[in-house]
Amino acid sequence: MPSFTSRTLPGALQAAPFALVFALFFVLPLVFVAIVSFWDYNDYQMLPTFTTRSYTQTFSGCLTELPGLCTILKTYLSTAKFCLIVWALTLVIGFTIAYFLAFHVRTLTMQMTLFLVCTIPFWTSNVIRMIAWIPLLGRNGLVNQGLLSAGIVDKPVEWLLYSQFSVALAFVHLFTFFMVAPIFNAMMRIDRRLIEAAYDSGASGWQMLTNVIIPLSKPGIAIGSIFVVTIVMGDFITFGVMGGEQIASAGKVIETRLNALQFPPAAANAVLLLGATFVIIAALNRIVDIRREL
Amino acid sequence: MNSERRPPAFYFLAAFFALFVAFLYGPTFVIFVLSFQGPTGGLTFPMNGVSLHWFERLWRGGGIVDISGAFKRSLGLGLIVMLLTMALSLMAGLAFRKRFRGANVLFFVTIASLIVPSIVTSLGIALEFRIFDDLVKNHGPTWLANGFQTSMGNFTSGLGAHLTWTLPFGLLVMFAIFNRFDPRYEEAARDLGATPWQTLRHVIIPIVAPSLIGVGLFGFTLSWDEIARSSQTMGEHNTLPMELQALTTTVTNPDIYALGTATTGVSFAVIALALGFIAILGRRQARHGSDAGKA
Repeated sequence: MPSFTSRTLPGALQAAPFALVFALFFVLPLVFVAIVSFWDYNDYQMLPTFTTRSYTQTFSGCLTELPGLCTILKTYLSTAKFCLIVWALTLVIGFTIAYFLAFHVRTLTMQMTLFLVCTIPFWTSNVIRMIAWIPLLGRNGLVNQGLLSAGIVDKPVEWLLYSQFSVALAFVHLFTFFMVAPIFNAMMRIDRRLIEAAYDSGASGWQMLTNVIIPLSKPGIAIGSIFVVTIVMGDFITFGVMGGEQIASAGKVIETRLNALQFPPAAANAVLLLGATFVIIAALNRIVDIRREL
Repeated sequence: MNSERRPPAFYFLAAFFALFVAFLYGPTFVIFVLSFQGPTGGLTFPMNGVSLHWFERLWRGGGIVDISGAFKRSLGLGLIVMLLTMALSLMAGLAFRKRFRGANVLFFVTIASLIVPSIVTSLGIALEFRIFDDLVKNHGPTWLANGFQTSMGNFTSGLGAHLTWTLPFGLLVMFAIFNRFDPRYEEAARDLGATPWQTLRHVIIPIVAPSLIGVGLFGFTLSWDEIARSSQTMGEHNTLPMELQALTTTVTNPDIYALGTATTGVSFAVIALALGFIAILGRRQARHGSDAGKA
């Protein structure tokens, strides 16, 4: 027993309110998602009787339409394509920015200032940052005005806005920060003597990058990748706003179901999305032990 | 300047960085400018004069449904989320410094809450509250079931949904703070006979106060801009960013830009306020030293 002088609260009690929030608003809700995905429903309400209807409906046509792809597979493939494109772009851009900040900016004050400059836009609403592309990319937008007056095109380019292009562009615009921050953090922790040792041993700049800096930045790269990939996987807002509500995605399927108040199929799709997300994280976890690096 | 000459790669990377910053800020700057569009102006350039017409229209609520209501709701929710995020993250941060049963599980759940797609969390909370509502309506005591509509709302399900988003960030910041915290201050306080409460009140909190304000700031802006988790959990009353998102499908004139500029303005005002607070705290500490023990 602790002596009477030690009257500190036990840790479990101190963490209790915090834990309660996650029990009530995260763990329990996920349990309900799993349960409701096996419920039945009609036009007005969900019916608590067991059925696999929501799943069979979700995967309808997946066997009969072979070798063609059913809707849900097409949607997931298209989402995966966006994941890959956005991941590649944010990784290259994010790594370059982080590398510049960590190894080419010389004073800590300057590093932090420039890092903050990258952070500030993160404090404004994503929707605002999305609609900000309208005056630039729209049919009468700045880009089209420029292209027309330069005589490069003779009628406005239509694929700039409400297209796959604008969705990918918005993702890169919104979420490159999630790559920059962890990679920058990992790079700042690299022992500078390793760089000097490589330099003294005659490594070229490129060799230094591929043999020293990239391997040591791997934890940051993995964390950034998890953020970006899971965001794109579950997104429905960027796809909606920038795709003109025309492009399907794994997250948007759920939203569509919800707008029709079909909760069990929405829950089944949510289970599917969760499964896909965990597969991706497990794959990334094989590359680097994330828990150790946090 | 440093004696070493800059390698050519530096100039290439610096140019790349400058482009990136232009990419980050350019579009937002454009809508900032366009929100001052003249009364006859449209969604794109050119500007037809400069005016506050669209802000005025926004203020009167013309054209857009219940903007001031949404504004107040978002502000209220943001402030409560901010306070709860600060309090709960601080307590949890203190708890994680000791060992307690379930610490690993709690940490795992917290991180999972960041990674699980927001729409899934949002749907789960909505289901939870709907099922609860049905239970009350069908099986609750008559005094409760009579006239019972829903338990869903901005400050029940909505608040919970926002906390699952802000608290993980809060806890991670707390970890960073306590990693740098020198435990000798606490030991000194204890040796001088301070009770645990006095140590917390007069030693720990004053030292971590600036970072704690940062946590609050984080909490407020994350809540202020949140949509995905709000989408299914707010009940009948939308928050400001949800209204903004709904407007994007029917956008026809620059009042949406004015709304965007106003919302961003609030975010920046809050950041400025928080930074000001931190600066004042810093100056006060520098002048008085710590006020530890001065009751």
